[in-house]
Amino acid sequence: MSATVLAVDGISLAFGGVKALQDVSFDVHQSEIRAIIGPNGAGKSSMLNVINGVYRPQAGTISYKGRTRRRFEPHEAARLGIARTFQNIALFRGMTVLDNIMTGRNLKMRSGVLAQALYWGRARREELEQRAQVERIIDFLEIQHIRRTPVGRLPYGLQKRVELGRALAAEPELLLLDEPMAGMNVEEKQDMCRFILDVNDQFGTTIVLIEHDMSVVMDLSHRVVVLDYGRKIADGTPDEVRSNKDVIDAYLGVAH
Amino acid sequence: MAEPALDTFPRLLLHHAAVRPARPAIREKDLGIWQTWTWAQSLEHVRAIACGLAAQGFRRGDHLAVIGANRPRLYWSMMAAQALGGVPVPLYEDAIASETQFVIDDAGVRFAVAEDQEQVDKLLEVLGECPRLERIYYDDPRGLRHYEQPQLASLERLEALGREAEGRDPGLFEREVAKGRAEDVATILYTSGTTGHPKGVILTHAAMIATGRAYTEFEKLTADEEMLAYLPLAWVGQNLFSYSQSTVAGFCVSCPESAETVMTDLREIGPTYYFAPPRVLEALLTQVTIRMEDASRPKRALYRYFMDVARRVGGRITDGRNVDGGVGFGDRLLYALGDLLVYGPLRNVLGMSRVRVAYTAGEAIGPDLFVFYRSIGINLKQLYGQTETTVYVCVQPDGAVKPDTVGPPLPGVELRVAESGEVLVRSPGLFREYHRDPGATAEAKDAQGFFHTGDAGFLDADGHLKIIDRAKDVGRLADGTLFAPKYIENKLKFFPYIKEAVCFGHEREMACAFVNIDMEAIGNWAEKRNLPYSGYVDLASQPAVIELIRDCIERVNRDLAADAKLANSQIRRFIVLHKELDADDGELTRTRKVRRRHIAEKYATLVDALYSGADHVFVETQMRFEDGRTGTVSADLRIADAKLYSAAAARPAA
Repeated sequence: MSATVLAVDGISLAFGGVKALQDVSFDVHQSEIRAIIGPNGAGKSSMLNVINGVYRPQAGTISYKGRTRRRFEPHEAARLGIARTFQNIALFRGMTVLDNIMTGRNLKMRSGVLAQALYWGRARREELEQRAQVERIIDFLEIQHIRRTPVGRLPYGLQKRVELGRALAAEPELLLLDEPMAGMNVEEKQDMCRFILDVNDQFGTTIVLIEHDMSVVMDLSHRVVVLDYGRKIADGTPDEVRSNKDVIDAYLGVAH
Repeated sequence: MAEPALDTFPRLLLHHAAVRPARPAIREKDLGIWQTWTWAQSLEHVRAIACGLAAQGFRRGDHLAVIGANRPRLYWSMMAAQALGGVPVPLYEDAIASETQFVIDDAGVRFAVAEDQEQVDKLLEVLGECPRLERIYYDDPRGLRHYEQPQLASLERLEALGREAEGRDPGLFEREVAKGRAEDVATILYTSGTTGHPKGVILTHAAMIATGRAYTEFEKLTADEEMLAYLPLAWVGQNLFSYSQSTVAGFCVSCPESAETVMTDLREIGPTYYFAPPRVLEALLTQVTIRMEDASRPKRALYRYFMDVARRVGGRITDGRNVDGGVGFGDRLLYALGDLLVYGPLRNVLGMSRVRVAYTAGEAIGPDLFVFYRSIGINLKQLYGQTETTVYVCVQPDGAVKPDTVGPPLPGVELRVAESGEVLVRSPGLFREYHRDPGATAEAKDAQGFFHTGDAGFLDADGHLKIIDRAKDVGRLADGTLFAPKYIENKLKFFPYIKEAVCFGHEREMACAFVNIDMEAIGNWAEKRNLPYSGYVDLASQPAVIELIRDCIERVNRDLAADAKLANSQIRRFIVLHKELDADDGELTRTRKVRRRHIAEKYATLVDALYSGADHVFVETQMRFEDGRTGTVSADLRIADAKLYSAAAARPAA
């Protein structure tokens, strides 16, 4: 069994009287694809926001890379190799695909503002290196043809792919994907599945993903956590989860 | 010591590597940057792959399947197979598994080179049914890391094996090349075939090199030409222009980054020598038209004004007949201004600023489409030929281009028109035979060595060949008048709104048509009119769209009415189809020609409805998605009537 890279332990999160998460614990192994599923409002996105430090939980801890905390600041999470995509695309719409992905390399740049503005010396060298890396991602995601296209002009499925590209640009060790396939048609979903599998396979990136589409999740992930009304109701391989009675009830709807 | 004759492709490669070692031979855009390999470097790769193949048991006469897009390593693999006296068999990259299996089986392929995971998957899928297929080498390792099939290895690994093998046995490559003879088989190209299974056309080094040389001399090509290879390698044209001619003349071939980036890559390379089938030229013009419609009013007016000037005098100016063609000084001045303001920038956008020779072939090209390109100063010429003739029969010569012909026969070509109207050809570039099909060979090639093209045509007063249609497709209406469906379909397809058309009328009392809308052009048109639609089926059934198509058809009818022989084939009724005709559903060939007979069978209910007088028809059609699954689409289609014209009404408009 491979090592655990991320463990969340007893996380509870409430917004006023709304209990978004209640005592949720699970772990994520090195290089696995771990899915978090659940009906609407189950607390999936909240969980992701807790992991990369957007929300501060009232109770519980997160262990990542040997550090155990209540909360990692978002910039700290980024520095520690956590990257994410968003449920609603958060790209710079007026900028080209290339520039958007370049922003994902920002943390890797070491030269100062002045040198960057002058495009001189180390800044120049760095920019060339970063560009080469970004081109590898463009090649990987097969978006060469839209390299120079402003993101706002692209169809939704491609924007999602660009967002994945920006997250990859940070060379993450842990990639958090918030509904990467929401709103896509069948073909776009298949493409996205393939890219997620390829990222996992090629770079060994650990992936935590939230997804609505059950069939996608079951095909894609190694292990699945199921949340319902902020509680964990199941945790295991796709087959185990599929046959779990609580999960079936949660999805088909049973009077609470 | 005498120079060895340059009569095989590997010998030509050795020659270029010796004469112009540092000149570019092939380029590929990778990670956004053009990577170049010189002739000397190309030779090293070919040598390594050849020695690797030899070490893996590839023997003289063996067939090497090559499947994928235009990639340097795939070109080198073809050359390597030829160096060993083997035969490269390029396959269409978008062919489905069963088509691939047929060719691999028919050609008895033992070794295959695949571009990437997609193609490897396809080959692995047919592995069970193709017991002779032993080894598969791939270029792009992406996604293949966990494949454990013993048959599979990367080309990089093959090259490493080759370098080892050569270390043990230096001179292996040169010895093998020395064994080659001009009459050896250079390649087998499978024709897409509008009927039945594809046939493997066997072309020798002698035939391909003769053709390459003849074209090089005819068009005065040099080693400095630039060409972008973006069409399927399995198609004879791409094979001739980018592989044969580049190897004969020593010019550089560039491979685009991906199928979607071709336009950008074209602009960056700025080819001097260009080939495009009519459908590509059509798509380009559609794009230009759409973008001009979106331009600001003054720009639109400028464009319209100068395109009128170009239509009037541009063709003659491109022909170089300013003076004897009777182009006045004023028009020349206007055209020069237009060149500065419109044609030059337009050529630049199309990536054709440096084009010296551009060809089109594969299908008859609409005269208006053809004239458009020539009028803006692009030396676009039609050529005529088939896989069996290594596309070497006729070309329009510089300065004497007649849009409705394909030009006079090329030097070395003997051309005859049989009594049936079929065009017969004999030339040094002719194929040897069909692979394992003596029956078909005997049918296509007669005792005197003439190839029966299957095309109907005639030589005009100037000795230029005019092709009307496929000989077997030229039909007669019930009243006995001529019916040339392709001729009409091509006229229809010239409208940007019509993507595909299929005409019926043979042995019937009237001509009718199926029409496929062009989603991009009509989608844009509908958007402008605030016409909401949910998808292809919905858009195709909108009354306004049917009106639009009717207008196109009536304009074609007016054209047809002007020609006494064709006036009776005016289209009376038509259906706008609910689904795009697709090669995956067997409705088009891989080179996107309509398979009329197959369509007539598949949509028999629609054809019957056209001739029954009904005004609508319900239809349910199976279609195949790209991943191989099938589904059905159904729709209630309207059958619309079109106005007919009398010869008198046509004349003032024409």
